[in-house]
Amino acid sequence: MAVLRSPIVWIGAVVVLIAALLPFWLSAYLLAILTAAYYFGVFAMAWDLLFGFAGEVNFGPTFLIGLGAYTAAILNRNFGYSIPVCVVAGALAAVVGGILLALPALRLRGPYFGLVTLVAVLLLQNLVVIFAGVTGGEIGMTVPDVLSIDADVNYWYALAFLVICAVLLFGLSRSAVGLILQASGQDAVEAAALGFNVTKHKIAAFCVSALFSGTAGAMLIFYMGTASVDTVIDIAIGVQIIIAAVLGGRRTILGAALGAVFLIVANEFLRPLGQLNTFVVAAIALAVILFFPEGLLGYALHRGERE
Amino acid sequence: MTGAVRLQVSELNKRFGGVVAVKNMSFELHAGEIVGLIGPNGSGKSTVMALIMGIQRANSGTIKLDGIDIAGWPTHRVARSGVSIVFQHSRPLQRQTVLENIKLAMLPDSLLRLVSEPSVAERAKGIAESVGLGAVLDRHPWTLPFADLRRMELAKAVARDPKVVLIDEPFAGLTAAEIKVFSNLIRTLRDQGRAVLLVDHSVKSVAALADRVIAMYLGEGIAEGSADEVMQNETVRRVYIGGKIEAVERKSAHALQQATLLEVESVKVLYGKAKALDGIYVHVRQDEFVSIVGLNGAGKTTLFNAISGLVPYRGAIRFGGRDLRTSTAAAIARAGVVHCPEMRELFGDMNVRENLDLGGGHLSKAERARQLDWVFDLFPILEQRQGQRARTLSGGEQQMLTLGRALMMQPKLLILDEPTLGLAPVILSQISKAIERLRKERLLTLLLAEQNVTFALPHSDRVYVLDHGRITWEGDPLRFAAEMHAGYL
Repeated sequence: MAVLRSPIVWIGAVVVLIAALLPFWLSAYLLAILTAAYYFGVFAMAWDLLFGFAGEVNFGPTFLIGLGAYTAAILNRNFGYSIPVCVVAGALAAVVGGILLALPALRLRGPYFGLVTLVAVLLLQNLVVIFAGVTGGEIGMTVPDVLSIDADVNYWYALAFLVICAVLLFGLSRSAVGLILQASGQDAVEAAALGFNVTKHKIAAFCVSALFSGTAGAMLIFYMGTASVDTVIDIAIGVQIIIAAVLGGRRTILGAALGAVFLIVANEFLRPLGQLNTFVVAAIALAVILFFPEGLLGYALHRGERE
Repeated sequence: MTGAVRLQVSELNKRFGGVVAVKNMSFELHAGEIVGLIGPNGSGKSTVMALIMGIQRANSGTIKLDGIDIAGWPTHRVARSGVSIVFQHSRPLQRQTVLENIKLAMLPDSLLRLVSEPSVAERAKGIAESVGLGAVLDRHPWTLPFADLRRMELAKAVARDPKVVLIDEPFAGLTAAEIKVFSNLIRTLRDQGRAVLLVDHSVKSVAALADRVIAMYLGEGIAEGSADEVMQNETVRRVYIGGKIEAVERKSAHALQQATLLEVESVKVLYGKAKALDGIYVHVRQDEFVSIVGLNGAGKTTLFNAISGLVPYRGAIRFGGRDLRTSTAAAIARAGVVHCPEMRELFGDMNVRENLDLGGGHLSKAERARQLDWVFDLFPILEQRQGQRARTLSGGEQQMLTLGRALMMQPKLLILDEPTLGLAPVILSQISKAIERLRKERLLTLLLAEQNVTFALPHSDRVYVLDHGRITWEGDPLRFAAEMHAGYL
């Protein structure tokens, strides 16, 4: 099996094993930070599928996340559906919203796709505020159901979710379809000349990205117990996701998850610095992007590779 | 042994804004035949290829593949129906091996087939071996020499068993020995019953291989026949060389006494793995008009891009004694080395006046107005077209605007890259007159790159011949007429 020869798989297995044992010696506080970081990791991986493979910069990952999160939250609070139903509905809403956005947006060339996705976030943010009666508006809304009240269980849920998403997305990226997607992202004309319907593959990638983003968004609100614009839709969250994915390594999928965890954990550890904390994290991210444009994992895996 | 008609192109037309790229082009490709489609840069041959492949959409005309009109189909559908293309510049997947790159070309266009069938790997291996890549299957593209990358592109193109194969500049960047190997590979495609279209700028490079040659100029077919017939064709000779070579003796005594303005010393440029310039020496004196002639692909544009600081190079380029290596392209232009690029690079959405004003952007208001009057005097048509958007101008008007914009910068050294590109003879004589006036007014030094020798010679004090990245001849225009005429095309 070619998969077993890839160093990334072995490194991943060891990391997962260590991560699964962390609740035995970490405080509930640190576990809570990691739990949020894992959901964040899924956001970043889903984003990398679009950027790293399909070559499309989605400036609005939170549009997809927010659709999933708010759909789940509304169904749970206002209609009393169970968590699994709400999560599935959230995922579907993100996919439908994603298709409605991608169909017209992918017809545009160059930076316009990115701009459309950016505007979509603002649109969603405004919708949430306007329909405050259903969505809780700027204050946000609490959901009656939560995944668990035990920090350890929540942690394991998040870890399992992250691992499943990582395996699926990584597998997809290494599959035949992933290869076509990568070719489409790199040189659309050449991919088309090889007989591939580039638009179809890119829309499919957008759907997959939306599916994972929406699911993760829905899971996140059932972990936190609340949904608010500031935590799942705000542009700043989207920027964090993008930084995480680029920091970890474009076109690696797993790097994106590592980048997300690094970003959130670093933010936490540097908290004693007070105001400086965000600044230092941003500076580190900037340095990595400037000096290792392939990202941390990308640099480690592909040293010496010239493109 | 030509078989049935595979591809039938008729009455094909394509316009880009005001430029007619392809005009009433018609031809046929038969199974088991190699056809060369040749023409100088800007003649429309690449556009024809893009139209067949569906990368561009024709304004009118039909392209029939086995009787079915595929004009206007999206590229992937054209590819699926049996047309494949070998691009001149390709970007292989760098993280995948050679074998995986070839397998990519064989995958079905499906979202659900996550695992490719085992037979694909076997077939990919077979194809790789047939083009001579057997030993490097598991290497990554970036570790391969240039010729092997070309082999890989060929393998990708035939992976899906196409009926028609389009090959863009099949031999660019290859050595003589590699060309031989490649020619044999292309012959194999013919023997397998495929129709092969080679798109190249010179007859010479495809002559040995092509069963039939079609020559294009200004978007139209101008000759068709065997390579020999096309090479002897009067129209073709006129297009490439510009007809009979006539040299004018120049009174260049003035220029010969001047100091050296530009020195190009041992300049080398690599494009990835292809050698574009291989140790070039050129010097130009103050007030001198120097031309560099050579066929397309010889390296003229690369040399000019190196002088303008647009491509990295080894060696030294000095302007007025100052080394240009550390200067940016913008600083070089402001220092007086103004580049009139081959592709014109006009600001298409801006009008004529705005393009000119940008050229004179660093001048004072009064000076700019004076310079503008002078440019309008040189090219009166530009004055009439001031409010028109640049992209809607005809090819000749665009060329005049490019020159005008460059002159607005008050160049000390004007480097003019193939001003005749894709232009009709009547326009050429207008541009010729403008250059003659520049010389008389003795306002600048000129370095001209041309394929059209007849155009270049009357404007030259001295001539360099550039061939495959090397200077092969240097001398005055009279000697050129005597020594170089026969061997040039």
